[in-house]
Amino acid sequence: MSPRKAPRPGLVLDVDASTPPVLFHHGENFRMEKLPVGRSRIIYPAEPLRGLTDPEQAIRDALDNPIDSEPLKALMSPDMKLTIAFDDISLPLPPMRKPDIRQRIIEAVLDIAAEVGVDDVHIIAALALHRRMTEDELRHAVGDRVYDAFAPSGRLYNHDAEDPDGMTHLGETLHGEEVQISKRAVDSDLTVYVNINLVSMDGGHKSTATGLSGYTALRHHHNVDTMQKSKSFMDPPNSELHTKNWRQGDVIRNAGVKIFQIETTINNNTFGETGPLSMLQKREWEWTGRDRAKFLAMQGGLNYMTASARRKVFHNWKAPYELTSVQAGEIEAVHKVTTENTFAQHLVPVEGQTDIMTMGLPYICPYNVNSVMNPILVAVLGLGYFFNMYRGKPLVREGGVLIMSHPTPWDFNPVHHPSYIDFFEQVLAETTDPHEIERKYEKQYAEDEWYRHLYRTSYAYHGVHPFYMWYWCSHALQHLGQVIVVGGDPKAVRRLGFRPASTLQDALEMATDTVGPQPTITHYHNPPMLMADVK
Amino acid sequence: MTAVSNYRAKISQRLAGSEVPMVGRLRRPLQALPFPYTAPTIPQSVDVPEKRGVTGTDFPTDWARTEPARRTRAVLIDTMVRPVMAGLAQPTRRGVDRLSGLEGPAVFAANHHSHVDTPLLLSSLPTPWRHRAVIGAAADYFFGSRLTGALSALVIGAIPIDRTKISRASTDLARDLIDEGWSLVVFPEGGRSPDGWGQPFRGGAAFIAKRTSTPVVPVHIEGTGRILRKGKSTPTRSRTTITFGEPLYCGEDEDARAFNTRIEARVAELADEAMTNWWDARKRAHEQDTPRLTGPQTASWRRVWELDADAPKAMGTSSTRWPR
Repeated sequence: MSPRKAPRPGLVLDVDASTPPVLFHHGENFRMEKLPVGRSRIIYPAEPLRGLTDPEQAIRDALDNPIDSEPLKALMSPDMKLTIAFDDISLPLPPMRKPDIRQRIIEAVLDIAAEVGVDDVHIIAALALHRRMTEDELRHAVGDRVYDAFAPSGRLYNHDAEDPDGMTHLGETLHGEEVQISKRAVDSDLTVYVNINLVSMDGGHKSTATGLSGYTALRHHHNVDTMQKSKSFMDPPNSELHTKNWRQGDVIRNAGVKIFQIETTINNNTFGETGPLSMLQKREWEWTGRDRAKFLAMQGGLNYMTASARRKVFHNWKAPYELTSVQAGEIEAVHKVTTENTFAQHLVPVEGQTDIMTMGLPYICPYNVNSVMNPILVAVLGLGYFFNMYRGKPLVREGGVLIMSHPTPWDFNPVHHPSYIDFFEQVLAETTDPHEIERKYEKQYAEDEWYRHLYRTSYAYHGVHPFYMWYWCSHALQHLGQVIVVGGDPKAVRRLGFRPASTLQDALEMATDTVGPQPTITHYHNPPMLMADVK
Repeated sequence: MTAVSNYRAKISQRLAGSEVPMVGRLRRPLQALPFPYTAPTIPQSVDVPEKRGVTGTDFPTDWARTEPARRTRAVLIDTMVRPVMAGLAQPTRRGVDRLSGLEGPAVFAANHHSHVDTPLLLSSLPTPWRHRAVIGAAADYFFGSRLTGALSALVIGAIPIDRTKISRASTDLARDLIDEGWSLVVFPEGGRSPDGWGQPFRGGAAFIAKRTSTPVVPVHIEGTGRILRKGKSTPTRSRTTITFGEPLYCGEDEDARAFNTRIEARVAELADEAMTNWWDARKRAHEQDTPRLTGPQTASWRRVWELDADAPKAMGTSSTRWPR
């Protein structure tokens, strides 16, 4: 263990007259906001758990002593087909400092394969319908040694869910859900899946059933009905998304696809305990003079920068995450341990729901790494991810109000998000009802040849991806009475179906239309990551 | 309001002591700024985390007792502090002869009115102890920052003492230093007098002395409150008297609390001796009629009134009670 002080658990702070203004992330900037005294509370994340002191040894131990499985070495033979799949650019957030966990694990797996004498090895970025990773991004994830050894010969590549020759249909679940994954994985004698389990939704059967899958299979759980029945999709026993992935996982297993699952958890040391952003993961009243000076200097500098320069600065940040656990072996047994380790870092007990939930949205979400956070991604980060970071009950009561802070620019990256632009301009201009959107437009976007071409050959998210983002919001949209965005582009905010507000005070005033006077307020102080365990 | 009346108002504020000093005036606009321009306030429901690191009782002072630092301090005390004190405080030192039989380290326990007490007492100690003494200084005040901590340790040989409680760290440090032959200067009141009268003695000095079987030398300092009382920022010249008492030893059956009471009583007797004469003070002591250091238990204004009525005036100041 590292010689740091014992990490403190998360905290629910009742706001009183002495509570200093609270930090709200606001895209590539920040706001300091005063919350009403006596009826507000702030949920702070736990401090970063201690990292493993010897990650390499921990990885070797996990591979040699897997859970409910033979050691990895015993599963290998010289003439076998070995596939190593790994999580794509969407994990972790922000990207972690080198060496990436994936590099460490893949090198350990390849060491064993080399010792056994395995020749036929493919390494696949399991990105499902996400955009392809660039060479730099692949190098960052797997390291230069692995990249240089496998990429030039075409044995390290991005998964292509639209390759007619690269996907295999494995059948259907008892509920009629089709199962389709990478042909290479199906044909392999062993597929080793390397996960970074940033949140409790990640990993398990979802790794293969989603990561190596395509539209044919994904549409069975990436839909409005599934998302509205997942309460929440971060809580596996109550997640319809989880249930359907597990059913598809059973089909994959029964089809004889052998998978050796490696899962890892990291702490929430997102901004570092020292360094230029360290104050962002401190509680405000513990900010030192140096923290305040750094923050003011940073804000002063950001105000003079263009939006793209600010974006560049923040997307260059690599988080000093530390590995807190690594486990390998049989998928379900491994995932059970992983989920406990994830919850150990993220869960914060919270008593009761609130009328208004406030949150500051940061500059990054899973789908805009090195890219623009467009309005649809703003919606999915707030309503899809942060709203769903609960166990038990949503933090905000049914019919309550969600107030998000983000500039929400009407800005898109045309390379990464081409179908998002059309979705925003055409679909959302007509309706924001997820059911109607799904029924009227999904198929057309999913099967559009141009989007398909860009997904396969450029660096574009799949044509159907913006639909999934909107579905991701559907549980929150169904649950909430109103969504207000503070400091956002009013036009873009209205297009999303939300209400714009200039200041938090205005937003709180507007919220009383829905929840009545003197509402209770809960601020979700994230990132670093936290998950509310609401009783 | 005219310029003249403005000026008069300012003068009367200054004389009444209610004028906001220049530093305070400059700081006010800054204090009006919100966090993060100013330091954050702490929510009432939050336990303030203990400051870790090098300030407070954790401040390292070993380096200040190395031979080069000790010699530097000796030079500073003899060539700077002592002449300055001679000019500012014009000390009369009484009872030094009572220490003639004392050998080895001792705990010097004195009353406390002013920041001047420390340099005055330190420079007034007889030579066997003057250059081998450490001052027990409030950890939260003198060692609150690295700069003040380092200066305190170097110039006056301060060691951090937790004045809120008898802490193990403080007592262990004091014991080790006494074992190494260092004498300890402490102000058992725990802080400067807020109104000119003394405060009840806290048990730290007695506890350390008992634990280390070291004699306690009671000391009374008179007059430093007139030079630089608490709340005042500019010193005024005035005469002072430092009276050393006979060393006291903690009896075998005596607990630290009783010993502390005895030390406080002895300092009160020395105060009486300084204000009157030895003979009258001794008689009152035997009759158990020595005035208490803490003054009459009455309304605060009457305490101030009584103190002021008998006090000699600071040098060069008017004898009138009211500003003209």
